[in-house]
Amino acid sequence: MTARDEVLGRIRGALGGTGAAPGAIPRDYRSAAGMGPAEVLDRLSERLRDYGCRVYRVTAGEVPGTVAAALAERGARRVVVPPGLEPRWLPSPPPGTEFITDDGLSPAALDSLDGVITGAALAIAETGTIVLDAGPGQGRRVLSLIPDYHLCLLRAGQVAGLVPEAIARLRPGQPLTWISGPSATADIELSRVEGVHGPRTLDVILVADA
Amino acid sequence: MSTYLGMPTAPPGVGHLRGTQPFDIAARRALGNSQLRRNLANATSTIRARRAAVVGELPDWEALREAGRAIKAETMAHLDRYLEQLEEQVTARGGTVHWARDAIEANRLVTGLVTDAGAREVVKSKSITTDEIGLNEALAAAGITAHETDLAELIVQLGHDRPSHILVPAIHRNRAEIRDIFLREMPGADPGLTDAPADLTAAARTHLRQRFLAARVGISGANFAVAETGTLGVVESEGNGRMCLTLPETLITVMGIEKVIPRWQDLEVFLQLLPRSSTGERMNPYTTLWTGVTPGDGPQRFHLVLLDNGRTAALADQVGRQALHCIRCSACLNVCPVYERTGGHAYGSVYPGPIGAVLSPQLTGVEENASLPYASSLCGACYQACPVKIDIPSLLVHLRARHVEERRQRRVPSPESVTMAAAAWVMASPGRYAAAQRAGQAGRVLGRDGRIRRLPPPLSAWTSARDAPVPPPETFRDWWRRERGTAQ
Repeated sequence: MTARDEVLGRIRGALGGTGAAPGAIPRDYRSAAGMGPAEVLDRLSERLRDYGCRVYRVTAGEVPGTVAAALAERGARRVVVPPGLEPRWLPSPPPGTEFITDDGLSPAALDSLDGVITGAALAIAETGTIVLDAGPGQGRRVLSLIPDYHLCLLRAGQVAGLVPEAIARLRPGQPLTWISGPSATADIELSRVEGVHGPRTLDVILVADA
Repeated sequence: MSTYLGMPTAPPGVGHLRGTQPFDIAARRALGNSQLRRNLANATSTIRARRAAVVGELPDWEALREAGRAIKAETMAHLDRYLEQLEEQVTARGGTVHWARDAIEANRLVTGLVTDAGAREVVKSKSITTDEIGLNEALAAAGITAHETDLAELIVQLGHDRPSHILVPAIHRNRAEIRDIFLREMPGADPGLTDAPADLTAAARTHLRQRFLAARVGISGANFAVAETGTLGVVESEGNGRMCLTLPETLITVMGIEKVIPRWQDLEVFLQLLPRSSTGERMNPYTTLWTGVTPGDGPQRFHLVLLDNGRTAALADQVGRQALHCIRCSACLNVCPVYERTGGHAYGSVYPGPIGAVLSPQLTGVEENASLPYASSLCGACYQACPVKIDIPSLLVHLRARHVEERRQRRVPSPESVTMAAAAWVMASPGRYAAAQRAGQAGRVLGRDGRIRRLPPPLSAWTSARDAPVPPPETFRDWWRRERGTAQ
């Protein structure tokens, strides 16, 4: 007998004759935040700041300037950009700054860069979470992992209130990365240290709907 | 009580589910270690406060707990069907599913997969399941080096130590001890390394960076596997999990069969319950959800190993199967007055604390971990903290009953069963009961100030740690007869 058949057989034997199946799942928890659009954005900003992120709230026209300022602030000069990122969001590279479009860069090449700029699939206000689904402007999962600085661009319309709202919007087949603040550990005496293997710094530019 | 007798349990001689000493003996040694008790008290009180704050923030926490409980109960009731669905979905998305009856088979499978990939080194993200089966030892025996990449697991591995907590495996170590371990075991560690957590963390980052970038095979556990979509999920904080899940060409995920959840929607429940209960955060820094293989992004070969290793034996116990609902948050450890004092090593298993006391004996068979169901004061704090409402106190009592029941089958009766049989005989007759009470009054000669400080063996076991009350000068029934003039 194969291991598969044997394990499944054991399960059926273990369950044999245990009576009626449990009833429907009670889902009496909140499925929507019941907050207005402005309140949702305020909540997200507050949660992100709790994680130590810098949050820039800007209009669409202000994005390129804010990107340039954020990169300068963090000293990120060589920055990888995934294919499909809205070109009008990027400034023309300031002197000494270089935008490198990802065309399958090796992990070692990514390790030599200072930062990454990505879009996102959505964000969750209540938990301060940004979700990347590898769609256009987000790129491969490693892009937001290896460089030490992550600058994320979010449109206001992408911000969901609660986790259930996000789950309903996401496409399961895509590789998803949920990011809530910078990489961190509390493994030594439960004392929080930021920046272990993922980016040490995460900043977010929140773009108001036009 | 007979249904679970036929199900094979986790085999002995492999993995880490059994201690070398019973809990009471191991706990006594742990209690003598004042450094350990200080480390644990600091860590558990910190995390309890964090959890309380973020749980209190959600108005629907109890509704989420109830949903979590119901989803897990439903999963167990149809476990065969959901596993088959999971297998079908993972396979359709380019993954390969393997089944392992026990630790030995799982270790052989994984070793074979690593060898087939032509790798002599692997990077591992934190996985208690692979600790359970002793995978690192099996890989080492085949000449394969496994690098633990979670900071706490790295501390444990470099310290030639065992994990002592589900979330924070090195919770028993303080910063000075960790610095010593790094200086001793990390090649090229800076002799000027301080014991500041930020410096120690930076040293670990440097130590592991090249290993990640060069890794060809990653090994992980799984927090969830969605049957409906074939999606696997790992929650973590450091990014070491993301490194293991995305950089290598080959990913091997080892998962207990109870980790499957039926629907994509069910993630909305567990992704709220788990981080708040576990690290006491609104959300853990990183969650990776992947489905099979994605061309051009992440590992291009994905193997999922589904492990039994005693889980079906737990499933066969209709009361005990609740222990399989556990999502490994460790909230029950942090609130347990016993765990807080003894630490995790005393439990002898990779699953310590209240949940370990009900899970380990079911995986190994109660007789092989018979002391664990007694490693509790039954205070009930674990039940209140559990995000999926596992009634751990009732399970402990149930397993104590199973232990007594299984011992009753033996030829030579235990002192406890002889005592209980004698007590039953005495209590079955009013005359015998009255005579026994009168005999007990003879014990008054041993007491002073209403207390007995030392009883003769075997009753000295009681008085070694506490006083016994002196028997009263007259029994209630004597008092009643004297006051009311009738035995009625």
